[in-house]
Amino acid sequence: MRDPGPGVADFGARLSFDRGEPGRRAVDVPSWAAEETPLPDDHLLRDSVRLPELSQGGLVRYYTAMSARNFGIDSGTYPLGSCTMKYNPKVNDTVANLPGLARAHPQAPAEDIQGTLRIQLELALGLGELTGLPNVSFAPAAGAHGELAGVFMVARALEDRGEIETRRRILVPDSAHGTNPATAAMAGFKVTQIPTGADGSLDRATIERELDETVAAVMVTAPNTLGLWENGIEEVAGLIHDAGGYLYGDGANFNAIMGRVRFGDLGFDVVHLNLHKSFSTPHGGGGPGSGPVLCSEELAPYLPTPVVEEGDDGLVRLVAPERSIGRLQQFQGNAAVLIRAYAYMRALGLEGLRAASGQAVLNANYVRALLHGHYDLPYDRPVLHEVVFSGSRQRRELGVRTYDIAKRLIDHGFHPPTVYFPLIVEEALMIEPTESEPPEAIEALVDALISVAEEAESDPDTLHHAPWTAPIGRLDEATAARRPVLRWQEDST
Amino acid sequence: MVSSRSSASPHPYIPATGADRARMLERIGVPDVGALFADLPAAMRDPAIDLPPALPEPDLIALMEEHAGANASPSRPDFLGAGAYRRSIPSITGYLIGRSEFATSYTAYQPEISQGTLQAAFEYQSVVCELTGMDVSNAGLYDVASSTAEACLLAARVTKRRTVALLEPIHPGTAEVVRTYAHGAGLGVDAISSPEEIGDEHACLVAQQPDFLGTIADLEPLAEAAHAVGALFVAVADPFALGLLRPPGDAGADIVTGEGRDLAGPPNYGGPSLGLFAARTKYLRQMPGRIVGRTRELADGNGGGEERTGYVLTLQAREQFIRRERATSNVSTAQALIAVAFTITVQALGPSGMRESAVLCYQRAHDAASRIAALPGYETPDRGPWFQEFLVRGPVPAADLAARLAARGIGAGLDVSARPEPEARDALLFAVTEATPDAHVDALIGALAEIGGEA
Repeated sequence: MRDPGPGVADFGARLSFDRGEPGRRAVDVPSWAAEETPLPDDHLLRDSVRLPELSQGGLVRYYTAMSARNFGIDSGTYPLGSCTMKYNPKVNDTVANLPGLARAHPQAPAEDIQGTLRIQLELALGLGELTGLPNVSFAPAAGAHGELAGVFMVARALEDRGEIETRRRILVPDSAHGTNPATAAMAGFKVTQIPTGADGSLDRATIERELDETVAAVMVTAPNTLGLWENGIEEVAGLIHDAGGYLYGDGANFNAIMGRVRFGDLGFDVVHLNLHKSFSTPHGGGGPGSGPVLCSEELAPYLPTPVVEEGDDGLVRLVAPERSIGRLQQFQGNAAVLIRAYAYMRALGLEGLRAASGQAVLNANYVRALLHGHYDLPYDRPVLHEVVFSGSRQRRELGVRTYDIAKRLIDHGFHPPTVYFPLIVEEALMIEPTESEPPEAIEALVDALISVAEEAESDPDTLHHAPWTAPIGRLDEATAARRPVLRWQEDST
Repeated sequence: MVSSRSSASPHPYIPATGADRARMLERIGVPDVGALFADLPAAMRDPAIDLPPALPEPDLIALMEEHAGANASPSRPDFLGAGAYRRSIPSITGYLIGRSEFATSYTAYQPEISQGTLQAAFEYQSVVCELTGMDVSNAGLYDVASSTAEACLLAARVTKRRTVALLEPIHPGTAEVVRTYAHGAGLGVDAISSPEEIGDEHACLVAQQPDFLGTIADLEPLAEAAHAVGALFVAVADPFALGLLRPPGDAGADIVTGEGRDLAGPPNYGGPSLGLFAARTKYLRQMPGRIVGRTRELADGNGGGEERTGYVLTLQAREQFIRRERATSNVSTAQALIAVAFTITVQALGPSGMRESAVLCYQRAHDAASRIAALPGYETPDRGPWFQEFLVRGPVPAADLAARLAARGIGAGLDVSARPEPEARDALLFAVTEATPDAHVDALIGALAEIGGEA
């Protein structure tokens, strides 16, 4: 990944629209040789559409040049906390692209789609085993979509209990992903924030005080966004159930506990998983993902439509649960992502998935041990899949922000960790190495972080203006938001 | 395959060897990996879990080929549409989105090393605005149905009204997703069969273009009807058809949603999809999802004073990770890579190719329909001008007709005989597109003639 060099120094200034020439084309469209049907009336049609005109080679070069200005897992270590940037096995893409699977039409009758549905059924069984929650719907397209499903399910169950008017609150920890409170609000609930205790787990006293007949659910990320186990979550589950509420699990961090402990055993009522994280499907620069929702028997009738099940006749079908919240997508979820996740599960088996969670946790603790003392560690206890350091000392004493540290790491060839999240850690640096980084890569990452910490003392200005070697320097985000330019315009260069 | 040799790495996806692990454990100061899980409740740790055994890659591929073979043959004639259409996708589309710099990256939180994703998203927003005739587009949502649901939520927020109106015939999947979201948000949903039924209780009028039965709508009177009662007009438009059809923005739409999957690649059993969402500028700060903006390097950066052009995620004060429970939507990860694929296909087709493809699709579909209508015992009732889908009523009931086609190795159109529209009575909804081979249409005509002879 390097600057494409002189002559194309301002690569971003010229979009496809500026690179074309009238009359060029990248593909041919066959002409219609038979009898022509008159087109509809002119007032229903458009005159023209303004699009770039590039040759095929020109278009390929343009997008290839763009890709060279991107950093992916295949480019290098990508320790983006909470995102589980593990290696994406290529065989998963190969099998998802098998024509029999890829060309399957979403309206196909069940008997024409048994291969795809059998994959989904076996994946559902596997995820049910791994989570201890045997009822699953693959309808949600991503994690936040899975959350929406789960919270809608809770709302429907409360309607059936006649308690929807009284149970208006959802408790969300202050360390939660922003999607949790946003989701609760989309379902019409009020959010009560629960502080994190000194040990990094939910503050038990607050939970006990807040739990009453106005609480619909508690949304908990397990392990939490500090990379820590929620101590006593199985007891908290009991308290929530005694108070008549449900325990929702954000499974974004499932990679830490695959094969080690099950949400169902702990007392969770409903969870979502992020298959693009734990099950290694490519993140695509922000999707497609897949956020299946899994639940207990009590909530199973409310699962989104469809769910996959095998009939007595041996035919696998998609069906609508009895009291379903309804559909979340026009069709049945991100099927091609499910194929990849299934291939991953089958490639590893239980022993392999346990090895993955074990190594992911070992790697995070290795980061913690090696980096200890170089950055503040507000919650100083053994971690699971990720570790959250803080750059607050560097900020306070040297005027160097975590933002600067992240940018300087780019010059060392790494994608920076997640920064400024969770919100409860000042100047947070959230590092998730995943199991797919070898120790030497972790050591190199830590060495880079230590070198940046030293540079923060000796030469803070170098950090303030980093990165120096990226395809582009720091961008003016304030102006971008104040005077938005959101599309190509003829005069925009 | 999990290796039984303790010194080896446990799997090709997990590089650390036994020696690596021993060294790391020593540095951390714990005896074994299990000790790192000491916080988990002891009674529940390492439960019995029943999963099928691990497969080495060749066995995995063989298994998946077996699964793929259990689906209907991908090369058989198939006339399903109803929301998913087989399109001619240029080879370069799949090739380019396969580049792992695009595919294995994530959300562009670090713009300096994410310019590929960001610039491609800006291209996407530009293309969507051009096709739809709208001012602004986000970087894409999950699918057409959830996009349309988000449009309804937006309309309810800005009009402060609590009911939305869906004009039939609309895709039943879209209608159901709107109901799912609306129920959660405490909104009502009215299905209406005429724009005259819209009233000042409605936040928006939602209409599909072409509609669920394939008919091309005149959007302008619909927009006028919505605006006359102070409601927003939401057009749910097929972006491929917009190569030929009037842009909804020109006809007065306030928001345009649509499905981008068909132009991104094969149907993939309906997902991943791509929800288009474009709007008038005045709704920009109410929009859901990521938005990419163009900007320049900071003057005091290290660009040597060049202030080169770059792209960033912007207007993030709308989004969940900043605004939490006050966000415009909870959307985070959506379908970024599918948006890149969509953009490459549209740009490869270009201005002439988009129109030529749409015209070819129209011609092929109309030719097939007229050949079917000429068969004894068949009719193709229409509800006005249509684009690529048409109703077929045959000499036998719809389900029977579909079964007889299936017996001949042909996938029939969707059975819509239960719908209320009189034209749909006893009918199947067939799709023929620019990508439907002539031989498939010939096979269909032959089979229908044969079935007509039996009846």
